[in-house]
Amino acid sequence: MTLPDLRGSTAIVGVAESDLGEVGPDRYAIELAAQAAGAALAEAGLTTRDVDGLFCAIAGRGMAPLDVAEYLGIRPRYTDGTMVGGSSFISHLHHAALAITTGACDVALITYGSTARSDSGRGRLAMGPPELPSYEAAYRPRPPITGYALATARHMHQYGTTRTHLAEVAVAARKWAALNPKAFVRDPLTIEDVLAARMVSSPLTTLDCCLVTDGGGAVVVTGADRARDLPKPPVYLLGAGEAHWHRAISQMPDLTVTAATESSVRAYTMAGVGPQDVDVVQLYDAFTINTILFLEDLGFCAKGEGGDFVSGGRIAPGGDLPVNTNGGGLSYCHPGMYGIFPLIEATRQIRGEAGDRQRPGVTIALAHGNGGQLSSQVTAVLGGGDSL
Amino acid sequence: MTGPAPHREYTDRLTAGSLPYQSCDGCLSAVFPPRVICPFCGATDLGWRESAGLGTVYSTSVIAPRDADPYPVVLVDLDERFRIMSTVVDVPAGDVRIGMRVRAGIDPGGPTGPRVVFTPEERETAS
Ligand SMILES: [Zn+2]
Repeated sequence: MTLPDLRGSTAIVGVAESDLGEVGPDRYAIELAAQAAGAALAEAGLTTRDVDGLFCAIAGRGMAPLDVAEYLGIRPRYTDGTMVGGSSFISHLHHAALAITTGACDVALITYGSTARSDSGRGRLAMGPPELPSYEAAYRPRPPITGYALATARHMHQYGTTRTHLAEVAVAARKWAALNPKAFVRDPLTIEDVLAARMVSSPLTTLDCCLVTDGGGAVVVTGADRARDLPKPPVYLLGAGEAHWHRAISQMPDLTVTAATESSVRAYTMAGVGPQDVDVVQLYDAFTINTILFLEDLGFCAKGEGGDFVSGGRIAPGGDLPVNTNGGGLSYCHPGMYGIFPLIEATRQIRGEAGDRQRPGVTIALAHGNGGQLSSQVTAVLGGGDSL
Repeated sequence: MTGPAPHREYTDRLTAGSLPYQSCDGCLSAVFPPRVICPFCGATDLGWRESAGLGTVYSTSVIAPRDADPYPVVLVDLDERFRIMSTVVDVPAGDVRIGMRVRAGIDPGGPTGPRVVFTPEERETAS
């Protein structure tokens, strides 16, 4: 049996954020997920009554799909609660396309919410204990930053990547955020600011780390034929790929090479495109090293050349390759997990709705999610009507 | 009937003063952390070995808490070809370098019980 041909067979028809930033102690993650869901469905010209496929993951909630379905009054005939950290939502998009294409559901709702910022005052929300005893905890790494710091140190050692290269990533994200009214931090940032910031887990400083905000997001997906009858121009899923090789950072075979090398090839192969065809990139920048590693592993430059690649403003506004045009997890929002927001921004760039940060003539956008500690990698290639 | 309890076996051997790891009878790979099945070939015949304790720092990060001394978190590649997270003691945190040769010892007073820690090997080799 062969898999159905997913290329162009489904499309994103609605996207929305919930309230972002800091929502205060009286609001709950599920409310933000539901608020985003309502807005995304409204944009799609649909209601909760139309949804028969539900996809969601919320940190610390093992039965998140049951919570969300009850709250929204949805009785899905297809449910997927895949939880692979921040990459879950792009994984959900892939799974939704498979489900729609095989007839398991017609309208898929992917939704997420978190009050990570407001939770910090009421006791830290943990991801839940691992099932097995940890062979790392005795050394008091600061999860997840130390895992990324170890990868950064190794990348510097092998390839001569510098803290200035990392700072270029943070500065580019901030320049994009300055163009996005919804971004949490928009004031100017310099290379020197990043270099002078407090070291948290060397070689990463506070300004190499993503934000901690509240927020939610939702994405509505349906079959391509139905999508063409809905209000928004369809944003087609052209290709998707998933891969993961480890969970604990001490089990990652080579800290400079992520499973995005596999997920991206799967996505490009399905889409029939390559990195040279991509107009904008939205990737999960939990830390500045992510952007460098993923631009390498997604094929935009050779392994080890990511630091030079991001230099000179190449990924900033006005650069050759717009990356994280919303400001990313570094400057726009990062509510616990960021992975639904690359899909939202990629969709808006293809529709031409990105305001001051719009790249003209976007046909192909890449969205890439990361979960765990460089563990789960999921890539999606999206395209407008011209891409079919 | 009781089955294998690899974590208990590991902690018992660690408490007795060695750095234990497993070796697969099927593919001869070193296996760590302890398991009931080989992650390289799927064989279930895993035997216990004692590491000689010599290894090389693969990566390092210094954590600087606001209210305590900085400490390094390292990944060490043991010469028997397995990798563990650990720390390096008896040296300033910032002096730990990728490629540094290190030797394992047991710290009986770790935050979660006995733990393996490393000290710089005196005859340090260039990496
Ligand atoms: Zn084996």
